[in-house]
Amino acid sequence: MKKALMVMMVLTLTVVLAACGQNNKNGNNASNGASNSPNNNSEISGSFLATGSSALQPLVDQVSKKFMDSNKKVSIQVQAGGSGTGLTQVSEGQSDIGNSDVFAEEKLDADKAAALVDHQVAVVGMAAVVNPKVTVDNLTKQQLVDIFTGKVTNWKDVGGNDQKIQIVNRPSSSGTRATFEKYALGQKSEDLQGSIQEDSSGTVKKLVGETPGAIGYLALSYLDDSVKTVKYEGVEANVDNVANGTYPVWAYEHMYTKGQPNEAVKAFLDYMLSDEVQNGDVVELGYIPANKMEVKRDVNGNITK
Amino acid sequence: MRAKTADKIATSIIIAVAALIVLVLAGLLGYILYRGLGHISFHFLTSAPETIRKGGGIGPQLFNSVFLLVLTMLITVPIGLGAGIYMSEYAPANRITNFIRLIVEVLSSVPSIIVGLFGLLVLVNLFGFGFSLFSGALALTVFNLPLMVRITEQGLKGVPREQKEASLALGLSKWKTITSVMLPISLPVVLTGTILAAGRVFGEAAALLFTAGMSSPRLDFTDWNPFSPFSPLNPFRPAETLAVHIWKINSEGLAPDAAEIAAGASAVLVITVLLFNFGARWLGRYMYRKFTAIK
Amino acid sequence: MAQPLERQKAKPHIAEEWVGKIYTLLCIAFLITTIFSIVYFVASKGLSTFFINHVNVLDLLTGLKWAPEGEPPFFGALPFIFGSFSTSILAAVIAAPLGFCAAVFMVEIAPKFGRRYLQPVIELLAGIPSVVYGFVGLSVIVPFFRNVFPGQGIGIAAGALVLSIMILPTITTIATDALAALPKGLKEGSFALGATRWQTIYRIVLPTTMPALMTGIVLGIARAFGEALAVQMVIGNAPHIPRSLFESASTLTSAITLSMGNTAMGSVANNALWSLAMILMLMTFVFVFIVRWLEGRSKI
Repeated sequence: MKKALMVMMVLTLTVVLAACGQNNKNGNNASNGASNSPNNNSEISGSFLATGSSALQPLVDQVSKKFMDSNKKVSIQVQAGGSGTGLTQVSEGQSDIGNSDVFAEEKLDADKAAALVDHQVAVVGMAAVVNPKVTVDNLTKQQLVDIFTGKVTNWKDVGGNDQKIQIVNRPSSSGTRATFEKYALGQKSEDLQGSIQEDSSGTVKKLVGETPGAIGYLALSYLDDSVKTVKYEGVEANVDNVANGTYPVWAYEHMYTKGQPNEAVKAFLDYMLSDEVQNGDVVELGYIPANKMEVKRDVNGNITK
Repeated sequence: MRAKTADKIATSIIIAVAALIVLVLAGLLGYILYRGLGHISFHFLTSAPETIRKGGGIGPQLFNSVFLLVLTMLITVPIGLGAGIYMSEYAPANRITNFIRLIVEVLSSVPSIIVGLFGLLVLVNLFGFGFSLFSGALALTVFNLPLMVRITEQGLKGVPREQKEASLALGLSKWKTITSVMLPISLPVVLTGTILAAGRVFGEAAALLFTAGMSSPRLDFTDWNPFSPFSPLNPFRPAETLAVHIWKINSEGLAPDAAEIAAGASAVLVITVLLFNFGARWLGRYMYRKFTAIK
Repeated sequence: MAQPLERQKAKPHIAEEWVGKIYTLLCIAFLITTIFSIVYFVASKGLSTFFINHVNVLDLLTGLKWAPEGEPPFFGALPFIFGSFSTSILAAVIAAPLGFCAAVFMVEIAPKFGRRYLQPVIELLAGIPSVVYGFVGLSVIVPFFRNVFPGQGIGIAAGALVLSIMILPTITTIATDALAALPKGLKEGSFALGATRWQTIYRIVLPTTMPALMTGIVLGIARAFGEALAVQMVIGNAPHIPRSLFESASTLTSAITLSMGNTAMGSVANNALWSLAMILMLMTFVFVFIVRWLEGRSKI
């Protein structure tokens, strides 16, 4: 029994030691990667970590697998944990790339955010959705504001049937909500009494689809027949309208690095922005390619053609 | 007469409640299995999940859950046994021991989400283990330890005093007595408890969201070198377990068959927990019979 | 010197003893370090809301408005505290009579059947993962409530119902142990005096085992208080004190899981969540002390 205990202790210790070894190895590799020649693709090596937004994770995950297929010496770990976690970790150097749905300036202190380099890899469009039984199919900005600030509580006031409006919102920390408030409502909204708050798109979709009179908002990639998409100011929420700037409710998906990235990370980010990925995986997963955008937007929401 | 009627009414209410509880469980299990069993196949259990296409499986998640369980137990069992032995055999009966007992009690009732947050702060960020199996295993150790301590204590308390004293009288050291006489006798109790504790690890999600992460890297099942980043055995890779996968796919699933996958995975999870439960009961009975038959 | 020889003989024996002592002591030290570091880290993070961000403690505990990222920010956590208490106490109110009946059934009415079938069933309830409870709650209980009662289906009632099933095993197990441990003479005396079974249970068994039953209930409440994922899926998460049981509400745990990943560590919004975690942890301690106090009483 004692021997068994000792063996277990030794095993545990080995694992712990392995931990340290592993961490060091990671660090070394990453820095080795930097010294390698950047021109020859097959020579790139290194291992790095991308953490953050769960909305961006599927894309980064899929692209990283492809990248690793063509660059055998590179290993990439992709983790989800929320935009805030991703930004914290990249800012403190625990992870090499921080994935975020929002600009770093909106979450971090100004000096910390200034140290990060933004790489906008895709665009996400968002649409207001309602329960399929709601007869309204267009909402103006003012009507949305009235609904989400609680001024209007019945669908009949915005041209629908006599039915109570049930708001399915996101928590105030959510990047999706920040985008929706900024570009669809143009103002911050408060959490109303009785409103439902869910962080995850799947749950929002389920609740909007099931609850009579419900309204919420979803990324375009989540839209399907279980919910009804409403037009915003008469403009349909689709990829083309987002790209040409007529539909304003959209946000960048960011991949932040601290300072300029090392070669391996840079090669990966370049690959992310290549036509192959932008027109392939990005579209396939329901995002809008960053290079397709005819308008640009800065952190303060100013739009340039 | 009135007392008799009251008695009859009360008895029937109690029986009805007992029946209700059985019905609730039957309904619960029936619902989960009915929704999920149809989706379970060999392919489902072994293949990797798909992001947006149909037909994804839960292979890596299942492997992660099992591997995380093994890791957790590798850490929990030696420490838990040691601490349990201390509490039951070495601890002097004084205030400090009472205080330790209180601490164990507190630790056992700390909500799993607090353990998860602690893991995020200390293991993931401060120690730099990142979102990894190892962080997850340590976090799970934290809330399995008190259970393990209590089980060990219970097991050791159940050992007949004569046997312990006989061993001591033969000149064996206390430690030797504990490890070669008392532990084997208490093995049925300890083992049953450990398996039940293991079942808890299997279903835990809240603590793992913040420690083991919500993503699973591509695993290369031909690479068994624990230091290679794609090896399934590498304890420093992020790992999404089955319970976390259910949580994630319920909330963020983009695949068209997300609902079926969630139902299937729930069924697999529940079946595994059932197996743990029945396994523990069967093993406990079997060992009890074997031990009592010999002596 | 004859001493070395003697010492050599004794050495393996004593060394062995020391190995054992030191090893077990290290294990217990690990345990103690763990709990203290949990308390330390959670508290240091949770307190920084007050000391670094200068949020008033009273505002946090009694404020009704929660908007940590708003301008100006509000840190009223009372809706969460209210939500946590009301869901877990309501859950206990539902589960306690059920658990007591199940225990009476197993100990007094049909011991053989009860031990063989009911007990495993109840233990299985404890083994089902909380994610699965949440999943079932969202797909069965919420739609059911939505159709039957006015309101959205989600809310404190749905959360409490899900929790009551989750804490039923805790309450039942402790109640069963307490009933089984009751001295036989007590019950037999009552029967001999001509009391019916119900009279015996109601007048003798229930009062005597009350402290132990309460222990089970408090432990159940403690478990419900800390449960996160299952509740978050069915409660709706609006940071307000709801006007009915079927209106969206929030608990401490659901607020934490909802926003922790979205906020950057070190920011005010994040620190405020840690303060919620600290309240949660302190409540856990309170529950442990209540349990201790009750246990002390039941011995008398």
